[in-house]
Amino acid sequence: MALAATTSPNGAAVALKDVVVAFRMARGEPFTAVDRASLTVADGEFVAIVGPTGCGKSTLLNIAAGLLTPFAGGVDIFGAPLDGLNRQAGYLFQADALFPWKTALENVAIGLETAGVAQTEARERAHAWLTRVGLGSFGDRYPHMLSGGQRKRVGLAQVLIRDPKILLMDEPFGPLDAQTRQIMGNLLLDLWSADRKAVLFVTHDLEEAIALSDRVVIMSAGPAARIIGDWKVPLARPRDISEVKLDPAFHALHREIWHTLKAEVLKGYAQAEGA
Amino acid sequence: MNRLTLISLQILVAVAALAIWHVLTTYPVFGRILLPPFFFSNPFEVAQQVVTWFATGVIWKHLWVTLLESVLAFVLGSIGGVLVGFWFARQPRTAAVFDPYVKMVNALPRVVLAPIFTLWLGLGIWSKVALGVTLVFFIVFFNVYQGIKEVSPTVLANARMLGMNERQLMRHVYWPSALSWMFSSLHTSVGFAVVGAVVGEYLGAAAGLGYLIQQAEGVFDVAGVFAGMFVLAAFVIVIDTLVTVVEKRLLVWRPAVGDQRP
Repeated sequence: MALAATTSPNGAAVALKDVVVAFRMARGEPFTAVDRASLTVADGEFVAIVGPTGCGKSTLLNIAAGLLTPFAGGVDIFGAPLDGLNRQAGYLFQADALFPWKTALENVAIGLETAGVAQTEARERAHAWLTRVGLGSFGDRYPHMLSGGQRKRVGLAQVLIRDPKILLMDEPFGPLDAQTRQIMGNLLLDLWSADRKAVLFVTHDLEEAIALSDRVVIMSAGPAARIIGDWKVPLARPRDISEVKLDPAFHALHREIWHTLKAEVLKGYAQAEGA
Repeated sequence: MNRLTLISLQILVAVAALAIWHVLTTYPVFGRILLPPFFFSNPFEVAQQVVTWFATGVIWKHLWVTLLESVLAFVLGSIGGVLVGFWFARQPRTAAVFDPYVKMVNALPRVVLAPIFTLWLGLGIWSKVALGVTLVFFIVFFNVYQGIKEVSPTVLANARMLGMNERQLMRHVYWPSALSWMFSSLHTSVGFAVVGAVVGEYLGAAAGLGYLIQQAEGVFDVAGVFAGMFVLAAFVIVIDTLVTVVEKRLLVWRPAVGDQRP
């Protein structure tokens, strides 16, 4: 399948336009991490970016979040150029990002409190969200008293309570064990199907990407990583992650994408070894 | 080891130490007394002195003065440390400019400042408070500075994505982080506040535990010196216990060592 349209239809939730990420190295020579990446996520669309380790996929996410400014190129959010932080996006980080000095309930409520919601109301709504992610009775626990999976649930509630129009996820389930990942994936799909936000989901796990998303975007190995493939996922929703992996269409797509990805993974390894 | 055995053993250590002290200062071993009472006194005389102090009530005034000086030194030093720590951590340029001077002052043994403080502030409590402040300030300052610098970048990015403005970042991220670092050094800084007070008193004062010890030493009253040391040790233990209680209350969110879940 060829590259999908790179020109942004007006009003796409996220449109990365020829984004270049470059740094100046310690010795002064420029280093291009990502080279002219263009990508659109339509409103309500679930897009996964897959690429070998170190290809700059998390960097693209940070650019969509407004945490980083691209060296060249631009970002449009719902048709308007992004300037500063992306206020319409919620970001679920790979590493632990909960406030360790706040309880689970306070962690979830904080996003509303910063927006000016009164504390009592914020906490009530936070409790409702904790219940939705299955942690209704864990509100008074501090993050260190929760398991990795439970912390991710709190993180999900923390982000979703603000009802962002765009959800950015950076290998959010990476550190979890396979079982928990599957449960979290199903929880995510469940929550997402309620109001279908635009999702940009970064992962290095192709199976996870196909099982969750509407479109899978493949990045090449860095440096100067590019987007080298864009596939639609022809699987019906609602999906159950463990069942969808048995679908023949899943396997066909997996084989097709893996064919492209494999070469890049090997290239990435070769560079890492050579470095 | 259960609690009862532990306490019994702890008491046993004290009893044994006192017994050895008593025996060596009272009974000759191989024809001579190993610890001459003139230099080492003995447990009974020291106990007697302590009891007299408390019975007559002389000690309360000195305890109160030392406590007041320590608390003032701790509070003022902490406030200063927190303010300057925040300021430097948020203004890297200011921090860079002042860096060599901060290091210079911190490297200075604080005892040499005592005569200057006495000269400037007199023999009253404030010269001791000043000495304590110079000790407490740097501990709190370095910890607050570190606490703000070491905020996890992910937590910070998360806070910004959750819509926090600069003031909310201060309140919900920087302040708790700095506070946790400051509290981890609470025992040290409280200890130094007491050290500042006692050393200051020892070098020139009209009241306080340090003064009491110095007075006893001046008339070769070894029992008085030891008695003063015991009261001081008990005083420090009481304060340290209070600090532990406060710490446990304020840092409930922190995992106990070895309690960290994966």
